[in-house]
Amino acid sequence: MSTSAQEILGTSRREGRRLMDLWWQRMTEAAQTGHPAAYVFVMAPLSELLLTFDFVINAPEITSLQTAIRGQSQAYIQLAEDYGFSPDICGYVKADVGVQLKQGEHPYGRVPKPALVVTNNVCNTYIKWAEFWEHYYGCPVFTFDLPGWRGRESLREGTEAFRETFENDCRYVLGQLRELVELCERVTGKPFDIDRFREHLREANRMAELYHAVCDTNRHVPAPFNAPLEGVTYQGIANLYRGTPEGTRYFELALEEMRERVRLGMAAVPDERFRLVLVGTACYSHFRRFVELFSSWGGVFVHSTYMVFAGGGFLPGFRYDLSRPLESFAEQMVRATYWGWTGAMFYQQEWLDQVVRDWKVDGICFHGVKSCRTTSTGLPDVREWMRVQRNVPGLFIQSDLVDPRLWSDAQIKNRVDAFFEALAAHKATAGR
Amino acid sequence: MELERIFDDLRALVEDPSFPAVRRWLEANPQGKVVGHFQVFFPEEVAHAAGLLPVKIAGAGGTVQVRQADARIAAFVCSIVRSSLELALSGRLDFLSLMVVPNICDAARNGCGVWVRSFPQMRVETLYHPHNASSAYAVDYLVGEYRRIGRVIEELSGRPITDDALRASIALFNENRRLLREVYRIKRETPWLLSAVESYLLVRSAGLMPREEHNALLRRVLELVPQRPAKKQDRIRVVLEGGFCEQPPLDMLAVIQNACYIVDDDLMIGLRWITEDVPLDGDPWRNLADSYLNRSSYSPVQRDPRKPKAEMLLRRIREAGAEAAIVAAAKMCEPGLEEQVNYSRALDAAGIPHLVMEFEETMTVFEQVGMEVETFAESLLFQFA
Repeated sequence: MSTSAQEILGTSRREGRRLMDLWWQRMTEAAQTGHPAAYVFVMAPLSELLLTFDFVINAPEITSLQTAIRGQSQAYIQLAEDYGFSPDICGYVKADVGVQLKQGEHPYGRVPKPALVVTNNVCNTYIKWAEFWEHYYGCPVFTFDLPGWRGRESLREGTEAFRETFENDCRYVLGQLRELVELCERVTGKPFDIDRFREHLREANRMAELYHAVCDTNRHVPAPFNAPLEGVTYQGIANLYRGTPEGTRYFELALEEMRERVRLGMAAVPDERFRLVLVGTACYSHFRRFVELFSSWGGVFVHSTYMVFAGGGFLPGFRYDLSRPLESFAEQMVRATYWGWTGAMFYQQEWLDQVVRDWKVDGICFHGVKSCRTTSTGLPDVREWMRVQRNVPGLFIQSDLVDPRLWSDAQIKNRVDAFFEALAAHKATAGR
Repeated sequence: MELERIFDDLRALVEDPSFPAVRRWLEANPQGKVVGHFQVFFPEEVAHAAGLLPVKIAGAGGTVQVRQADARIAAFVCSIVRSSLELALSGRLDFLSLMVVPNICDAARNGCGVWVRSFPQMRVETLYHPHNASSAYAVDYLVGEYRRIGRVIEELSGRPITDDALRASIALFNENRRLLREVYRIKRETPWLLSAVESYLLVRSAGLMPREEHNALLRRVLELVPQRPAKKQDRIRVVLEGGFCEQPPLDMLAVIQNACYIVDDDLMIGLRWITEDVPLDGDPWRNLADSYLNRSSYSPVQRDPRKPKAEMLLRRIREAGAEAAIVAAAKMCEPGLEEQVNYSRALDAAGIPHLVMEFEETMTVFEQVGMEVETFAESLLFQFA
């Protein structure tokens, strides 16, 4: 291996860690100085707009996920349940409530109080989550309403019905965008600078291209990265550094590294035997174990729906028209909501069908998360559809995002092992 | 006797998963088509104006064993989403030409995808009501969304929805809402004349039969109720909150009413969502959209900063002259369970006694509920005495 190759390998991991540390540093400083922080969500993050007003961006799904990565989510969840929240609601909400009840104290730093919350309906639980902050802090909450996927017929592109629906939705979203701009101006005391906004859009355009190019490297056999592992960093950077030169640079490095791994034939999972797609999320309270259950069989996740719906809503062909920034932003938000955020969760079989072909997938793991109905409700049905309609084997397992009490190791391992035995037989029969 | 017979018939209707009133309507209208709509709110006037029959699909209660739906939907999802799908998978909704699922929650919206995959012969649509209800752009958007659903309905019916037809339907449904408000006035002012189960049957049945029939039924009931010889009893007056989507079993309501007067509630709130007459002059589409947003009730599944939900609950309690509240939530109902925390803390702050509980539409054992409610009621009776 050449010296230059050695230098490239591992750069995205190191840079990802540095950017995460930097983000926490900015969050902690904001908590200490009172610099305005905006709370947003990974589906519809609106970073391009909020950065124009110099908000520090807090993405509470990411902070909640990180409590689990650090093995501390249960204590935070328990605090929220003591406060009154049910064991049956979203673990991300409860982990965050626990953090807020501890005045922002988090294993990675301190979470600032919100100067502004921008919630949305891509996940309806976002709205309830924001209402907690609204009651707890009395902060302004803007509900950015994004009409999503409607049904098989109504959003068929090229039809008159699609055009009318799309235009109606865009008018609504653009109107809200203007209202949000006014609110940001009031909260920060700063006027909206459309040229700065345009620059963030330009960076987001570049980031979107790079994000797809990185995902595409995993079409290669063997796959250079494991979607839940490296993918969670990609998603984090795509949201926290969306529309920034740092984010763009990160994905340039990641792409360079993945292409180098492809050139060298380096596999994310040594002796790759099975190429998989993960539908839903991983279990972050048992993150390494979750991935290991599959990699120990030579199974690599070459893609995931999580990289679509939590990856910034960057669709193939995503591009802001910089000559009409607000209008174009509204249009991309509507398209991302149709296909990236809601379609990828509620009607995902068409996307899966394509990925199975293009990424040479052997089987699909559907991971139902007890506390997330948004990602999990219809998974058994999609699994059955892919099996019956496309002869693609699927595994359905259940645990949680961040609540370690819902991880049952022996039960999940049994199911995973049985799946791989069946998958090996299926692959042999199919001659693949 | 006539009143008791009416309520017996209504109970039989509500508990019959074969939708007998819909099938009777289809027999009388062999070319007729039926639009199913899931909780919470759907502008039924739009379907009615096209000559279609709108029917509320609100779960099966305990009347159907959920089998097939459990194989298609994750286990940690509320019962109403699963049992509604079961009704369809078992062929009981074979009369539906269109199913509309409003974007009330993540389970329902995701469940819409399951319906689409499961029933390729049926049109299935998600209807997006605005969650940014205070936006200056919300009414215009909703007019467009209602017209979109209207076009789908026009395709099915084969006839255009004229403004005049829509106005006539609005007038019919205005009358229905006015009569239901009268039912709730009786509940508030003279709850001994009309039990919680009876008033519930009157509301629930609105979504299960043609409104013309329902209006006639309500008018007759409202004539008969004041003639009842019932006397006021010494019971606490409570508001029951938590029935905006999945419905508590009738027997659970019966257990609660044994100890309390339920003087107001949010049961089947979608059928009572619009709280005033929808104007009949001007653009009827705009009037419907404007009424959804600006002449309406509240629920945990609509975000409207002009109607903070805890304040709305306190107002409901105050206006009903209630002394206490029962704050219920359906099992696995994310918005309901989250709102419970908000309600409970607001009631604490206001010093209003309240009982927090969970329920499921399939519950069959009510001893525990009965004991909790009786204990709650007795503690308050002693306190107020």
